Order: sequence, then structure tokens, then C-alpha cells
Amino acid sequence: MELIQITDDKIDTKACIAYVGSADCGGIVTFIGTVRNQTKGKQVLWLEFEAYETMAIKEMSKIAEQAKTKFGVEKVLIHHRTGLVPIGEEAVVIVVTAPHRKEAFLACEFCIDTLKQTVPIWKKEFFSDGEVWVSAHP
Amino acid sequence: MEVEIIAFGIAKDILKTKKLTIEIAGHTSVAGLKKQLVTLYPEFKALVSLQLAVNASYVEDSYIIQTNDEVVLIPPVSGG
Repeated sequence: MELIQITDDKIDTKACIAYVGSADCGGIVTFIGTVRNQTKGKQVLWLEFEAYETMAIKEMSKIAEQAKTKFGVEKVLIHHRTGLVPIGEEAVVIVVTAPHRKEAFLACEFCIDTLKQTVPIWKKEFFSDGEVWVSAHP
Repeated sequence: MEVEIIAFGIAKDILKTKKLTIEIAGHTSVAGLKKQLVTLYPEFKALVSLQLAVNASYVEDSYIIQTNDEVVLIPPVSGG
């Protein structure tokens, strides 16, 4: 396992947490973004994620480093899923460890917020009557 | 000179291909290339944003495209 990863396989959140946990960090904050079954009331069948992988890994690593510098947290793990993802499964898992909880919460929120703005990954929603690239149009 | 453009997400649907080679003038900036692409494919105008990445990094609009640059079209991202 790596701290920063893009994978076509199901993300194992428990294994991610175990990977970064350490005796000197008393706070572990985990964000799990899962696939929702609806968007604006319309039923979603599944999602597909596409990544510009080399750049996405670079941008995700940058976010992890910024989080460490900004909030003084110990470790940051960011795993993002690609390919078809069924309802309820993890699309993204972020785990932040720190000696104390406050910094870990702040850093975790910073990571997911920044990821959504800068990391070149695209999400397509599939409906019974078609498919849409999310956020592409106003 | 020729430049190869790689597209992801909705940009791939607009170009109707993953990779496209187009002819650009020497000293073409990122802004210039974007303008050229929007003229060729007006559907790009309807997007919330359109960025170009060069060699796996975001670049300024003033960046001049070099031979052998990896140029990638970045439509609005939606990870997470």
C-alpha cells in the first residue's frame, strides 16, 4: 500500500487506517466519500471515475504535503477509486493522523475540499435514461 | 509545429477522441491554444471552465507550448 493511491479496486478503509496508525498519534480522522443513490432527486445507478493518473497522484501528494505543513499533522493517506463504482462503495478515503484531534479534523477537511477543486479526476453519473459528466456545465 | 492534445472527461466527448494532433504557430501560448480549440470545438464554450495542463502540471495562460510538451485538456474536475 502507498499513502497516495489511485485504484480500480475496492478501497479497504480499515486497511488504510491500520496503515497510517501509530502509537504517538492519538487522533485519527477518516473521511469516506461514498457513491450516493440519487442526485437532485434523480436515481443514480452507478458512477464512473476517470483520472489523469500521473497528474492526479502529483496533485494529491501536493495536498497531503500542504496539509502536513499547514496543520502539523503526522500522516495523510489519500486513496481515490477509478472505473465503475457501485452505489454505497467508497469513491475516496482520506485518513489523517495527528497527536491531537483538532488538527486532524481541520487537515482532513482541507484535503477533501482541495481535492475536489484541483485533482484531475472526473465523475460520470449513470441514470436509467442517460449519463452526465458531473459539474461540467453551469 | 504540431502538438498532441490528450483529453479526459467531457473534453474527450467533445473532441470525439482521446488524442488529437493539431497544427499551431510557433510561440503559441496556452491562452492561444485554448482559443484555437474553442474556435474548432465551440462546445467548449458551454463548460464551467477549461484548463490546460502541460507535463502533468497546471500552467499559466502565458506559458508558451514547446515541442514534445504533453498537453492535456482539463475540463471542470469532479473527483471525491
